[in-house]
Amino acid sequence: MSIITKYCIIRDNRIVINGELDYQADLTLPFIEFIKGAYRHYKFNYLKFFKMDELCKLAYLGSEMLLKNDNFLDCYPSNEIGVILSNCASSLDIDIKHQKTISDKDNYFPSPAVFVYTLPNIMIGEICIRHKINGENAMFVSERFDPDQLWQYAEMLFSSAKVSAVISGWVDVMYDSYAAFLYIMEKDNLPEQRQSQIINKSYICNSSQHLSELYNRHF
Amino acid sequence: MEDLIYKLKQEIITELKLEDITPEDIDADSPLFAEGLGLDSIDALELIVLLEKNYGIKIEDPKDGKKIFYSVRTMAEYITAHNVVA
Repeated sequence: MSIITKYCIIRDNRIVINGELDYQADLTLPFIEFIKGAYRHYKFNYLKFFKMDELCKLAYLGSEMLLKNDNFLDCYPSNEIGVILSNCASSLDIDIKHQKTISDKDNYFPSPAVFVYTLPNIMIGEICIRHKINGENAMFVSERFDPDQLWQYAEMLFSSAKVSAVISGWVDVMYDSYAAFLYIMEKDNLPEQRQSQIINKSYICNSSQHLSELYNRHF
Repeated sequence: MEDLIYKLKQEIITELKLEDITPEDIDADSPLFAEGLGLDSIDALELIVLLEKNYGIKIEDPKDGKKIFYSVRTMAEYITAHNVVA
């Protein structure tokens, strides 16, 4: 059996951890101001954050929120942790920005720093680089959050002994519209040191049905 | 030259998204890479684009980049020697 031990939601200029509001900003703030404000609020120190596109910024912040004050990364070898993400807009937000830099042949200056983000799985790379995660990863693009697909894919990785735990979920950005729902999913036979970390020593979800209900409660 | 150096610092901060850094934080003679600003290979490409976009200077031989982008001052000297737009 697999379980979800922690989750984070970032939307409507709010950050919620395991159902508890952790940070809130003025709803009228544009996404970019909100996310920079949250980064500074938590005193994260990762200069590359400012160079990332908006999608990667959101994925980075979500993963930081999941992993700060948590022993998850210490409980598994780096190659036993996977990252499985999904979204709807793929990298379209930054694709459009890149396209604008190449649309005028008399003013043709494509930015390398923009171009490198024109794939959605780059956000997985940013999380893996930041946290030195070396396990399997996958990026799915679908119209809406698909708990069955993500759950089954993670369980397939677990059963084939590819990884023992994953960071998974939904990270989507298009213009000022954004949402992140990230969670840690682990095999239920948790390492001993991990068991002591889990709040109330209990899990949050243990099936894709529960995951779906959790998502629907917040979205 | 000092005006150009200051302008370059501002452009580098903007183009390379060096948040929380001011022109005063950048030493004109310090190496841009390997220390200080912590620039990477993508930043190097951005600097090449910056020279072309803002100063009309195209670097024909990539090997020249190491010398040109050693510091803000070497960039300013190169721009002055190859001044087209500035």
